[in-house]
Order: sequence, then C-alpha cells, then structure tokens
Amino acid sequence: MSDDSVRYTSWHRAALENKGGLFAVLSVVAISVGSLVELVPMMAIAYAPEDIAGIEPYTPLEVAGRDIYVREGCYVCHSQWVRPFRSETLRYGEWSRAGEYIYDRPFQLGSRRIGPDVHRVGGKYNDAWHYEHMKDPRSTSPGSVMPPYDWLHEATWDKDDVAASVHALHTLGHPYSADVLADPGGVAFKQAEEITARLADSNIKTTPDKEIVALIAYLQRLGTDGRAAVAKAPGGAQ
Amino acid sequence: MTAPTPNPRETYDDDVVRLFFGATVLWAVVGMLLGVIIALQLAWWPANLGLPYTTFGRLRPLHTNAVIFAYAGNVCFMGIYYSLQRLLRVRMFNDTLSQIHFWGWQLIIVAAALTLPFGLTQGKEYAELIWPIDLAITVIWVVFAVNFFGTIAIRKVDHLYVAIWFYMSFVLTVAVLHIVNSLALPATLTRSYPVYSGMTDALVQWWYGHNAVAFFLTTPFLGLMYYFMPKAADKPVFSYRLSIIHFWALVFLYIWAGPHHLLYSGLPDWAQTLGMVFSIMLIAPSWGGMLNGLLTLRGAWDRVRTDPILKFMVVAVSFYGMSTFEGPMMSIRAVNGLAHFTNWVVGHVHSGALGWNGMLGFALLYWLAPRLWGPIARPAWVETHFWMATIGIVLYIVSMWMGGLTEGLLWRAINEDGLLQYPSFVDIVNRLQPFYWARFLGGLLFLSGVILMAINLWMTASQAGRAAPTPVPLPAK
Repeated sequence: MSDDSVRYTSWHRAALENKGGLFAVLSVVAISVGSLVELVPMMAIAYAPEDIAGIEPYTPLEVAGRDIYVREGCYVCHSQWVRPFRSETLRYGEWSRAGEYIYDRPFQLGSRRIGPDVHRVGGKYNDAWHYEHMKDPRSTSPGSVMPPYDWLHEATWDKDDVAASVHALHTLGHPYSADVLADPGGVAFKQAEEITARLADSNIKTTPDKEIVALIAYLQRLGTDGRAAVAKAPGGAQ
Repeated sequence: MTAPTPNPRETYDDDVVRLFFGATVLWAVVGMLLGVIIALQLAWWPANLGLPYTTFGRLRPLHTNAVIFAYAGNVCFMGIYYSLQRLLRVRMFNDTLSQIHFWGWQLIIVAAALTLPFGLTQGKEYAELIWPIDLAITVIWVVFAVNFFGTIAIRKVDHLYVAIWFYMSFVLTVAVLHIVNSLALPATLTRSYPVYSGMTDALVQWWYGHNAVAFFLTTPFLGLMYYFMPKAADKPVFSYRLSIIHFWALVFLYIWAGPHHLLYSGLPDWAQTLGMVFSIMLIAPSWGGMLNGLLTLRGAWDRVRTDPILKFMVVAVSFYGMSTFEGPMMSIRAVNGLAHFTNWVVGHVHSGALGWNGMLGFALLYWLAPRLWGPIARPAWVETHFWMATIGIVLYIVSMWMGGLTEGLLWRAINEDGLLQYPSFVDIVNRLQPFYWARFLGGLLFLSGVILMAINLWMTASQAGRAAPTPVPLPAK
C-alpha cells in the first residue's frame, strides 16, 4: 500500500482523481463536446439538410400502415436506404435523399438487409402482389425466408387510433389540412375503399378496415414522392 | 468467522449483490435462448411459428434488449455494487435505494418482455421500449445514480480508483443518452412519435445506439476489468498513467463515433466524416485499455493455463481488442460500403457481446460465487464451459464473416454488360443458409455452456448457503 501511494502521488491525483464531483462534471463535459458539435447543427435545421419540393406527409391510412410496419419490426430485416452505388440504384432505384425522410417518425432506415431494401418499393408491384406476399411470401417470392403475416388480413385498424396518431404528428409539425384533421379516420377509410376496389379487380375480396389494406397504402407510397421530385429537379434522376 | 454484527452499516451489503448475481444468470439464459431461436428462424423460417408474437421482427428486439439491458446491465450492477463498497470502504449509501434499483430494473425487463412480443415498440433499434417504460427507466436510473454518488460522498478513502471513473461515466452518460434519444410525443398510452424526424432522428438514434455500446457495454465493463482482473490475477494494475490517458481519450472520442452507422446516407458529409475519423482514432484508447488489462497479468501468465477464471478474462479482453480493431476498420467508408447491411456487422457485434461482455461476465460470476456463497460445486465444469463458449464464438463469428462477405460481394457484383450479376435478391439469401446453420450451432454451443454454468452456480449456492457478511474494515489512520 505504501509503495503504491508513493508511486501514484501526482498533482492530478489530488486535484482531480480524489474529487468525485469535479471528476463527474469534467466527464460530462468530455462527452458534451462531440455531442453538441454533431447534434446541434442537425437539430437547428428544422427537418433536413436539403429541402425537396414535393415531399408530402403520409395520408392518415398510410400513417396507420406505417404504424403497422413499425409494430411488426419490418426495419429489422428491411432497410429504407438506397445508397448512391451503381449496384444499388440498379437493384432498387433512385438513391435516397435526406429530404425525403422529413415526415418519418421514427426514421426507419434500418441497419440490416436480411430481405431487400424497400425505400423504392412504392409502385414496384401491384396491390394484389403485396396482399399475397404478406399472406404467403413464398407464393410471390419462391425461396424467401420471410415469415407469413397472414393475421394482417384479419385484424382491423381503428379510426380513433388513426386520429390520435395524425393529431400527434400534426402537433409535431406535419402539415395536415383542416379537412383531414376534422376526420382522419374517415379520410383513411375513403382511401382504403379505393385499395379494396383495386384488389377486387384482382379477384381479392377484403374490406377497407383490414390492417393489410393500411400496410399496402404505406408500402405503395414509399419513396414515390422522392422519386418524382428528383426526376423533376435540375439534373434529374441519376 | 466473526459473530454477526448488530449494526448492518459495519458490513458490506452483499445481499443486493447476490440478487443481481441471480438476475444476471437468469437473463443470460433467457436472452441467449432468444438469440438461438431467432438464429434458427433465419436458417429455417417455419421456426417463426406462424404467430405474430414469435416472428423474427418482434423477437429480435426482445433478444437485443434482454442481452444488453438485462444480462449485461445486471452484470454491471452486480460488479459495481460489489466493488464500489470495497473500493470506498463503506456500505452502499442506502439499502432501500439498492432494493428499489434491483426490483425496479427487473420489473422494467419484465415489462419489455410483456410489450415487445405484442408489437408495442418505438421502432428505434436498442431503444424500442415504449414511452411509459422509458419513464420508468429514467426514474430507476436516478435512484441508482443517487445511491452511487451518495456512496462516493460518504466514502472512507480519499482516492477514487480507476474502476470508479469508468462506472461514473456509465451512470452519467447513459442518463444523457437515454433522455435525449427518448424525447417523444405520446399519441396513445403505448405509442409515441419522436420529436426528431428523418435524418435528425437517425443521427440522434445512432449517437445513442453507438454510445450504448460505448457507455453500457464498454466503460462499465472496463471498470469491472480494472477491479476484478487484478483481484483474480493477484497483481496490481499495470499502469496508472495509462489508465488516466485512455479513460479521458475514450470518453471524449467515443461520443463522436455514431455517424459511422450512417455512411453513404443522406447525413451531411461533414458528420459522416467526423464519425469515421473519430472511430479510427478510437483504436488508441481502446487498445490502451486492452493492453493495461493484459499486462496486468505480467508474471501471472503461468496461472492462465490452470485457472479457468483467468482464461475467461484473457479471452474477454482479447475479444475486446479484436472487436475494437474490427469496428474502426468497418467505419472506413470504403470498407463500410461492403460491410454495411450484411452479416459481417452481426458477427462483429457478437465478437464484442459474446466475447467481451459474455466472457467477462462469466468470469465475474465464477469469481464472485465462492465469495457470496461457497466453493464452486463442479470446478471441472468451469473449464468445460470455457471451451464451449470459445468454440461457440469462433463458429459464430467465422460463419457471419463468410456469410457477410458473401452477400456483400454478391449484392454489388456487376457483369461485363454493366448489369447486376445476381439480380435475384432471394438467390443470394438462399446462398446464406449454410452460414445461418453454422451460426445457429455456434450460438447453441455458447448457450449450452451458459446453461451448464447456471446449473453449476445453482448447485454452488444451494449447497454452500450464504457466506457470512463481510465487515467493513476500519479506516487506516
């Protein structure tokens, strides 16, 4: 013990390592520098480092669909993030811009591709494809390891629930018109009827209140605003 | 044996250490069993069982929460409650706070298990728990912090040993990370939307996510290494000066590294570059810690051959060194372009989680059991466990390296015509099956070792009974 105390005696030991409070404060200062430098600039700009004209908030039905996407943990296997590589734009389409995500709460970029990226899946397949794919993934994608999500075809979304979500997102700054805010559930139901009508054309009978309908609405919207906006922008799609 | 002392403040509170010990063993088995189940689901999809509650998308967050916050969290609390009292020569500040901390934390884990399988999630990786549970975490963390700093305030020695600095940065930084990342507006009792959107949400999340690795899985474990490794080796720490330098460098540099999770995304280039550069610089303080740990064994290496606890520790610290070299390499943009989104990342994470956090945790359990109860019931099993764990990790990591490189290379392969050489994604998925099976076997072997440990420790505790309370030594005048 005595050897140690001789060896370790130094100015900083008495000044710092013996002072719990000061040590705690300084260690918080140490982690604050990097945090502030990186986080504050991104927080200071309201949404994204680049504004893209034509990015609109999700419709109430798409919000319900997105909530289902988050609930099922789709982000665990599917990214929503096409990187600016030739191999990725060939496989998935236009690469992902920061400004496209401004209405994404929570963000769903993902970190793993057990399945393919889905950021440009909107419009890639028809509604019936998604309906069948969720019921039995191997019917549309032979060899897939995705589990079936057939309960989505039975479970129903709730109008009040959709309203609560839309109002919360509105509070956070997502612009919704007074008409939508007056009856988010009703607006959602109308869009759902359009989807069920299209499904009926493919000989699929279902009702607008089913969760699968909301999920299809969200998936068909994914990446479409961004794709259209980039095509119109100077320089266009790459 | 001393007679039972009438005043409990004259002894260390080892009851709460025993509680955290039991919770550590329980959640190790549960969390790693979940890992093996979801590993099987990737090799053989019918293991999703056709139920919403057991799909990969819902169980994977349960697995990560269980191993990080339940297993590794309880390891930290167990080791901190044991070592803090002895380093400061005083009983914990308040026994009631200790009990609230223990039971509160276990209730949070149970709440996680009762929400995540039911699809109640925030959808942010490693921060999935819904807002009411987030609030509970904040309250329990404050309880822990008051108890922790209270103990420091009433300490009977002047000096704060290096382990305590690392514990301190754990207590403080995790609080900051959790609060900033969890800020959200509730829409219902079980659903909320983050106050940040899109890329900003992604940046805040990965600032949190990477620093959960830094300040939940690294700094407290380094603190534990600094206390328990010299104890187990019966040697003083190699260098006090090195511990100072690598502590400050580690806490200052680590916090910048988050953006390496967002390379080639829409995040501004300057932030991506900062994330990459600081990640590479992190090799220095990380290896400072590894070397200080390994060099502590100078003159004791012959005992590593015979002492399975030292074996666990040496392999743990070696895996720490390995994964803190691999991580910076993967943060280099060009390497990340290949590695990102692949199984390589999963392998990398598990060399840290199974190797560093797993093995060091097991070493602590085997070292503490005789001090909290009595002699290990089956000493030979400890050696068996060590080899099961080591071979299991190697199978796991090698299969994930191979699987990761396979998919990474096939995704990007372009043929002579400038088109994708493997346009079918699902074909690439099917080529990964052998690696998924090998990973499953590696994980199963690792889990079997943990179950062997659980049985051994159960027998130890039930055969030996509780050890007598350790008296707090009188302050040296």
